[in-house]
Amino acid sequence: MDMDKVFKALASPARRRLLDSLRVRSGQTLAQLCARHDMTRQAVTQHLERLEEANLVATVRRGREKLHYLNPVPIHEISERWISKYERQRLDALRRLKKKLEGEEHG
Amino acid sequence: MDKPEFVYVTYISTTPEKVWKALVDPPTTAQYWQHENVSDWRPGSKWEHRRSEEAGKVVLVGKVVESDPPRRLVLTWAEPADAAREEKHSRVTFEIEPIGDVVRLTVTHDRLEPGSKMLESIREGWPKVLSSLKSFLETGRPLPKLW
Repeated sequence: MDMDKVFKALASPARRRLLDSLRVRSGQTLAQLCARHDMTRQAVTQHLERLEEANLVATVRRGREKLHYLNPVPIHEISERWISKYERQRLDALRRLKKKLEGEEHG
Repeated sequence: MDKPEFVYVTYISTTPEKVWKALVDPPTTAQYWQHENVSDWRPGSKWEHRRSEEAGKVVLVGKVVESDPPRRLVLTWAEPADAAREEKHSRVTFEIEPIGDVVRLTVTHDRLEPGSKMLESIREGWPKVLSSLKSFLETGRPLPKLW
């Protein structure tokens, strides 16, 4: 998988919000995603295409509906590339501390 | 198909036969999953997911629902304590599709109980297992110890 595509796909706040939404509710249809985001149907469609090309979104057809899922496998590959197993625990502790002091944040 | 809770996709530069073997051959699964998947892989047969360490402790059990090598494998998936309660079994579907010179492996997990420990642990587990499988098949090196 092309890592450039993953980073380019993640570089858009609108696409990150779509991924956030799929993490909370997996298997949403295009109509459901449009209803939850202040974007045109066309914009959502284009963002989903970019996310699917980057393999960050996986889809399943059920009857006439296409269901969308967050596929975290490429993000896991990125984290494996730069974070060792031993650093992970310390980083988790730092993240918990930051979260506790600042509250949950999205960017 | 029920509406799946999770769908994971990875593209691997390999052949469908090698992906199949990596799912069903215990010495191969041990190398990148640190668990062995043990069965005769015939529809209706049982399968077990055993830890390679701890004397092969059985951590998951289920039945083989469909087995169509090297394209499609459907398993039920449960805690050993729930082995006899089939209504509590979740279901995993592996689909292996060649696309040009790579293989798309899609893992679909459905029939999970909302809020269950199983749901949380597989959410953590599948991305690790699939990244490790990809690395193992493409480079011969799995990811460092996953669990």
